[in-house]
Amino acid sequence: MATKIVMPKLSPTMEEGQLARWLKKEGDSISAGETIAEVDTDKATMEVTANVSGILRKILVHEGESVPLGHAIAIVGEADEDISALLAEVEGKPNGGAQPAKQTESTVESPPTAARSETHVQETARSNGEQTGERIFVSPIAARMAAEAGINLRALKGSGPGGRIIKRDIEAAIQASRQAEPVLPVEAPLPTLERPTAREAATYEDVPITEMRRTIARRLASSLGPVPHFFLTTEIEMDRAMELRRSLNELDPELKISVNDIIVKVAAVALMQHPQVNASFQDKAIRYYKQADIGVAVALDDGLITPVVRAANLKSIGAISREIRELAERARARKLRPEEYTGATFSVSNLGMFGIDEFTAIINPPEAAILAVGAVTAKPVVRDGEIAIRQLMRVTMSCDHRLIDGATGARFLQTFKKILENPLMLLV
Amino acid sequence: MNNKKTSSSRQQADELSTVTTVDGAAEVATTEELRAEHERRKEDQQARIAETDRDLLLHLLYQMVLIRRFEEKAAEAYSLGKIGGFCHLYIGQEAVAVGAISTIRPDDYVIASYREHGHALAKGMSAEEVMAELFGKAGGCSAGKGGSMHLFDASVNFLGGHAIVGGQIPLATGIAFATKYRNEDRVTLCFFGEAAVNQGSFHESMNMAQLWKLPCVYICENNQYGMGTSLARAMSLQDIAKKACAYGMASEFVDGMDVLAVREATMRAVERARRESLPTLLEVRTYRYMGHSMSDPGNYRTRAEIEQYQQRDPIKLLSNNLREKGLLDDAIMNEIEQRVRDEVERAVRFAEESPWPAPEELYTDVYANPLRK
Amino acid sequence: MPVLTMREALNQALREEMRRDESVFLMGEEVGAYEGAYKVSKGLLAEFGPKRVIDTPISELGFAGLGVGAAMVGLRPVIEFMTFNFSILATDQIINSAAKMLYMSGGQFKVPIVFRGPNGSAYQVSSQHSQALESWYAHFPGLKVVMPSTPADAKGLLKSAIRDDDPVIFMEQERLYGTKGEVPEDEDFIIPLGVADIKREGTDVTIVARSLMVPVALRAAEELEKQGISCEVIDPRTIRPLDIDAIVKSVQKTNRIVIAEESHPFCGVGAEISAEVVERAFDYLDAPPRRVSGADAPMPYAKNLESLAIPDVARIVAAVREVTYT
Repeated sequence: MATKIVMPKLSPTMEEGQLARWLKKEGDSISAGETIAEVDTDKATMEVTANVSGILRKILVHEGESVPLGHAIAIVGEADEDISALLAEVEGKPNGGAQPAKQTESTVESPPTAARSETHVQETARSNGEQTGERIFVSPIAARMAAEAGINLRALKGSGPGGRIIKRDIEAAIQASRQAEPVLPVEAPLPTLERPTAREAATYEDVPITEMRRTIARRLASSLGPVPHFFLTTEIEMDRAMELRRSLNELDPELKISVNDIIVKVAAVALMQHPQVNASFQDKAIRYYKQADIGVAVALDDGLITPVVRAANLKSIGAISREIRELAERARARKLRPEEYTGATFSVSNLGMFGIDEFTAIINPPEAAILAVGAVTAKPVVRDGEIAIRQLMRVTMSCDHRLIDGATGARFLQTFKKILENPLMLLV
Repeated sequence: MNNKKTSSSRQQADELSTVTTVDGAAEVATTEELRAEHERRKEDQQARIAETDRDLLLHLLYQMVLIRRFEEKAAEAYSLGKIGGFCHLYIGQEAVAVGAISTIRPDDYVIASYREHGHALAKGMSAEEVMAELFGKAGGCSAGKGGSMHLFDASVNFLGGHAIVGGQIPLATGIAFATKYRNEDRVTLCFFGEAAVNQGSFHESMNMAQLWKLPCVYICENNQYGMGTSLARAMSLQDIAKKACAYGMASEFVDGMDVLAVREATMRAVERARRESLPTLLEVRTYRYMGHSMSDPGNYRTRAEIEQYQQRDPIKLLSNNLREKGLLDDAIMNEIEQRVRDEVERAVRFAEESPWPAPEELYTDVYANPLRK
Repeated sequence: MPVLTMREALNQALREEMRRDESVFLMGEEVGAYEGAYKVSKGLLAEFGPKRVIDTPISELGFAGLGVGAAMVGLRPVIEFMTFNFSILATDQIINSAAKMLYMSGGQFKVPIVFRGPNGSAYQVSSQHSQALESWYAHFPGLKVVMPSTPADAKGLLKSAIRDDDPVIFMEQERLYGTKGEVPEDEDFIIPLGVADIKREGTDVTIVARSLMVPVALRAAEELEKQGISCEVIDPRTIRPLDIDAIVKSVQKTNRIVIAEESHPFCGVGAEISAEVVERAFDYLDAPPRRVSGADAPMPYAKNLESLAIPDVARIVAAVREVTYT
């Protein structure tokens, strides 16, 4: 029987997709599970796989065209089957295949990343399934290991019968990620750092919202919009950080550490000292994350994406640098997987390279804050009654006032500034 | 062997028993026949009374009355929902347990079927613990886990009620085997109904007991119905005592309504077991007044048939004869009834007050050496 | 340590326990003058006499029940079934009497008895003489079920079974009577019931095997080692109480389990182990538990069909490769 292939939901935030490329043409034989097209979503280029086997009878959406989720993009059937009825149905209702609202809602509610906590293995597996509406076959031990190692099952191809993901697939994935992780040339590993857990999404603790907090949240949200922002700006002396960067790059030119890499690291370390900022406002609780997953805004030709450096607080500057570079490259190639650009606990946006001195950024919900970083410039300042030249950088943090108060944010920035001005503190 | 006595009681019972046709419909003897038979039996028992100690006679009477009243009380408690499951009453058959068990020593063994309240009491088990067991209470003789069909008391060598028809017969054979193995002079009495005779366990046990000369007395209480099926409908050769011939075993036919006749025959069998280490099969013709169990409507037999047997009631027979012999009067009878009433009331009170078994008892005594995990 | 056949080890256990305890006696068909249909009781009549080594009529229900009665009053009978196929006639006494006596007497009457004999397939003896009945007996609380696979285990476990105060179903295997192995001479050598034995350590898969299947599983493990798969072979030795902890622990290590058994699959011991493993070690499994059982058909006579009905090395190897995805 002829069937429609519809625009699939390929990312948590996707509402429509642009058909980038057809890999099959009309009349081609396709089988279930085979990739038939590529779609540009709001974030990345994703593959569309067929869920039925048959002959690709009719392409309904051509390359470059955008359609909403659930809209039919092709018809698959037997070679000689009459598909006129189905064609009429599809053409008569341009939005006929729209996804039911329920599914959109469930997507909003589902956790944005593979796993937030190792204790929620099955829940995670389920929500992954919901995201694409397809069941993952995975052995129990493999599911558990994947959750513990923060590996997204959907990104794996199972080698067991029927594509079941089995233990050795996870072991291979862990092995691959270990090899991808750089050796730390400069910073001594933190004693508590366990290599595999550095890949893991942050665990968290939900603390019930107090009445006062609820009132603050309601009032601020109703007066200033869904996420009530406020902004804190500070100026930071970057001389020592610049010196650190220069020294590191001299030691190993391959490192190519940027100022932003250091900022990400410092932000992560400061977040660990200010858990109120490394948090998100949930419906009935404030969620405090137990590691800092830093979203780093990357400008694309036609937009913006924020790949996430997981557990940046546990990683060396070198590792962060390499990871950001690699993520950014894949982001520009639109090859990021959804879990690589969702689920940050805090974001950094740096427009210094564009010569911007100072700006404000918009919070990426449900994160509680975003740090807007301006350019480092030499400026005259007064030090000990004398005029001196210092490398200065202005940062502005946008805060979600529902959970961060002015003083809370200020104290975080204080710490951030102190470490950045004295980067040796990263070593203690 | 006392052949004369055996054949005379055989003849009596044959004459008295209902004539049962092949399809199971019972014909009731005429009133004249019954009256004549009753007189003969009375005389027979009176002769035995003359040879028996008065205290013992009154003790036998007391025990029969105790079992009767105990069971009447149990029936009442059953109807009040205090006793659950199966409850097989012994009323009408008291002379068998009382007469037979009166012949043995405390260290001798008794094992019986699921209709064993009477045997348990006759062997000396406390009425309190038996009633508490029927109530399913922790103070029951089997800690509330056995119920009516599984009364046990190691302290009086009562080895249980067993609820698979004929299941206790090989067990009795094994108990007798053990006493012989240890060169003890203890005897085992094994009680079972006539329906058990059709089971393989009966025949296998008969064979081994005689083959290995085991000191066991097999007492078949022929109450003429295996649940609702009359003997005639279930057994090709209804002379159960004769079945012993197939194994070369001694046997007797006994009138089970006369406690003294049962006592006499059992005494001979017990002596044979104790002195010669030989088994005996006793067929004791008796009758149960009540249904097979409390849930039995009893429509397989007539009211008239039951009444016919009630005229030969073992308690009535003994008490009347004792009165005629001047050994019993109203005062003594009243005293017996009063003592029995007290004992039964004590038993009910004990059962009522005894706690339910603790929930953890569900898993105790599954193993003597429990699982190591 | 002397090397004995399993037959000799069993004989030694009986002899030692009969010497040790006057209340132990052996009863069954052909155990005395004939010295046992499989010669397990060789020489016992001569040593202990007809009082303690008793030939019975062919009367399984009767002598099984007789044993239970004797045990109720303090003897320790060892009842031999010429084969466990004949124990089916005695199940009323084993299940209704032996298994429940302690419980329904409120703890008053224990039944220290051993029912023993060969269980499972023999050599072309067809349907009624080739049954593995362990799941029957293991089903009932009150019974213990023991199945040794080596001469030393046979001796140590039979001695434990005789000394145990509960009814023990002690299942031997005709095909294993000639198996040789080192057996301790120590008269106090016993193996506790309910403790599994790791017959071979490994990392990739747990093979649980009992009785006849233990040597088969060990051969399969050797074969698989050549293919690069490391098998842990566990012999529970006692089916009830089952040492499930040992099995679960092994599965937690290997993540895969194959259960080899001679008996029919349906409602079998393998099914029970499989269920327990899924219940207790679900998160550790990398593949569904896999049973390799005897055919779900009566045992045929024809030699070729008979060997198809009994699990062999090839079937265990195939099952292991299935669960290890190789």
